Amino acid sequence: MRSPVDLWVYLSTSPLIWLTLTVCTWIAASELSVRLKRNPLVNPVLTSIIFLSAVMTVFHIPYEKFFAGAQFVHFLLGPATVAIAVPLYLQWDEVKRVLVPIGVALVVGSLAAVLSVVLLGTLIGLPRDMMISFLPKSATAGVAMAISSSLGGNPSLTAVLVILTGIIGALIVTPLMNRMGIRDYAARGFAVGLTSHGIGTARAYEVDPTAGLFAGIAMALNAIATSLIVPLAARLLLGP
Amino acid sequence: MLRGIAALLLFQLLGESLVFLTKLPVPGPVVGLVLLFLALQFGRRTGRAPFPQVEGAAGALLSNLGLLFVPAGVGVVSLWSVVQSEIGAIAVVLIVSAAFTLAVTVWTFIAARRFFDGKWGA
Repeated sequence: MRSPVDLWVYLSTSPLIWLTLTVCTWIAASELSVRLKRNPLVNPVLTSIIFLSAVMTVFHIPYEKFFAGAQFVHFLLGPATVAIAVPLYLQWDEVKRVLVPIGVALVVGSLAAVLSVVLLGTLIGLPRDMMISFLPKSATAGVAMAISSSLGGNPSLTAVLVILTGIIGALIVTPLMNRMGIRDYAARGFAVGLTSHGIGTARAYEVDPTAGLFAGIAMALNAIATSLIVPLAARLLLGP
Repeated sequence: MLRGIAALLLFQLLGESLVFLTKLPVPGPVVGLVLLFLALQFGRRTGRAPFPQVEGAAGALLSNLGLLFVPAGVGVVSLWSVVQSEIGAIAVVLIVSAAFTLAVTVWTFIAARRFFDGKWGA
């Protein structure tokens, strides 16, 4: 009979335990979020990351070991990005009816997201490599991380910035829009989907179904727009 | 379901291959997204659903999109020392940029809709 310590030593080196822990943590975090009426502060992505990071720190597990298991989930980001084509296709009739406002707001909004980072980052004096990791923060995580790593940014840092941008947008959108006196829910939804991708879209669906639909459309389109704008902005504004 | 997953993987593979060959400055999965969208539209025009199972597979992935961000997010622990020294700057950039983007986008959407007198909505 082996001791439980041997079992721990055995399991902690296998990818299985980290994959299982990642999926189970996500399920628990989602449940917590539903119980707390989807308050953006208990966003399941954020709570999962905090919990797993704490486990890694307490048990001195190197990130590489954790990622050996979690990479099977991470890999699905690519197919999930391709999958955005499906809701876009299903909602295309809605998009077509307001094609021009959508197109104009997409280009202007996507530029605002990227250029505001360049401006603020330069004023504050963020290091260049960190700024690269910031630029695609309004795109959905899979796309943002791919852009970041292709330009020499840090995809892990980008992932966290993307998630934080999602949470910030979801928190401020309703008070901000109310203060601006905007009651057009298609426009409100589009803005939060463009700014805060999936997390903003989830928030929009809670407020109004039209807002949710337009948020989803904005998220899909901004994934494409960001991947075109960021490499250009990085080359033109930040230099090689 | 399996065929749906196969379709998603196939379009990602197509996208990645195209990016590799043409050196497009766009992530492969985004090209895959555009190609799948075009294929679905083409299918609708010709009256045949080309990938009947792709909706189920896409729905399953997208309804748990958050889970897929977690492994990379945990990686920030190993960069904590880098992030810690810039934490104030990071917070300012993220909050101001998000508020600015929200305001600019919503205003542009409404202005463009009014200007072009869109047929949709009131």
